Amino acid sequence: MQDDALKTPDSPAHSPEAEGHHPTVRGYIIIAIILGIITLIEFGVFYLEFNRLLFILVFIVLSGVKFAIVIMYYMHLKFDDILFSRLFLGGLALAAAALFALLALFQLLGA
Amino acid sequence: MAQVATTHHPEEHPTNTGLDNRKLAMWAFLGSECLFFGTFISTYLVYRNQSIVGPYPADVIDVPVTTVSTFVLLMSSFMMVMTLYSIRKGDNRGFRVWVLGTALLGSVFLGFQVFEFREFYIHYGLSPTTNLFGTSFFILTGFHGAHVTGGVIWLVSLFGQNLNGSLTQKDSLRVEIAGLYWHFVDIVWIIIFTLVYLLGANDAPPGAEASDGHAMFSQLVSQVPFV
Repeated sequence: MQDDALKTPDSPAHSPEAEGHHPTVRGYIIIAIILGIITLIEFGVFYLEFNRLLFILVFIVLSGVKFAIVIMYYMHLKFDDILFSRLFLGGLALAAAALFALLALFQLLGA
Repeated sequence: MAQVATTHHPEEHPTNTGLDNRKLAMWAFLGSECLFFGTFISTYLVYRNQSIVGPYPADVIDVPVTTVSTFVLLMSSFMMVMTLYSIRKGDNRGFRVWVLGTALLGSVFLGFQVFEFREFYIHYGLSPTTNLFGTSFFILTGFHGAHVTGGVIWLVSLFGQNLNGSLTQKDSLRVEIAGLYWHFVDIVWIIIFTLVYLLGANDAPPGAEASDGHAMFSQLVSQVPFV
């Protein structure tokens, strides 16, 4: 390992991410409004009477959209180094695998 | 390598990746936290509709109240990004307003949770030892609440550091790391709100009509190709 292989991180206050790659204040406000609207839609859908399977799918999609918006724009994963995404999404994938494995183990799948 | 690292200012020490190790560590921690909450969520789903005595989710869950607390937590995430934006611009006054606002909304969310736990216990007799629903519900939401509490303490400490001058524009990475943690507790709640409240509110005693949601849920999950 060579010393010159080491890189100095950008100073946080002057890094490219601080200089305009992130959303603007207006962008953050729009994202907050979208998140609020999705939550209101979830609340409204809760009182609708329709196919239970569709009901579940709608909630999972809406919460997935909220989840993605927050990690991409508020946690800045969309703009940051790919290594951060790999660390986080790796943990998330493992958690999802554990969830499906446990559900399968307890014979809840395809019951 | 270590020699070079120790001869630089801690804020700008060189790394193999060119990324700040503190931020990298926080992302690794959040990855591990996914597993932490993943196990509790899995446990909740495994025990879903398995309680043989009440109260059941349909008896106790109040979706309108939880929708409001969810909205409060989402708006605290907005305040958190404004906190980071302010400190990066060197706007100390803005930073203090936004960081206190974030901590305040976090506290309001905790207030909702205390109210909910109290209602469940006093009016419905639901405790962690009552049934499987109580155990898995209180463990999952309780650990989430503990994380929010830790976040509120962290935010208030950042406010104090800024007041005494030990947190300025050049230290914005510390605020960013706290922000990552705060947004993480928000996204965990997004999942809990959907699985426990919106989908769980119709769960009824075993054998009752509403419990066919369990079969429908199993049907949905069974369609995942690799399972």
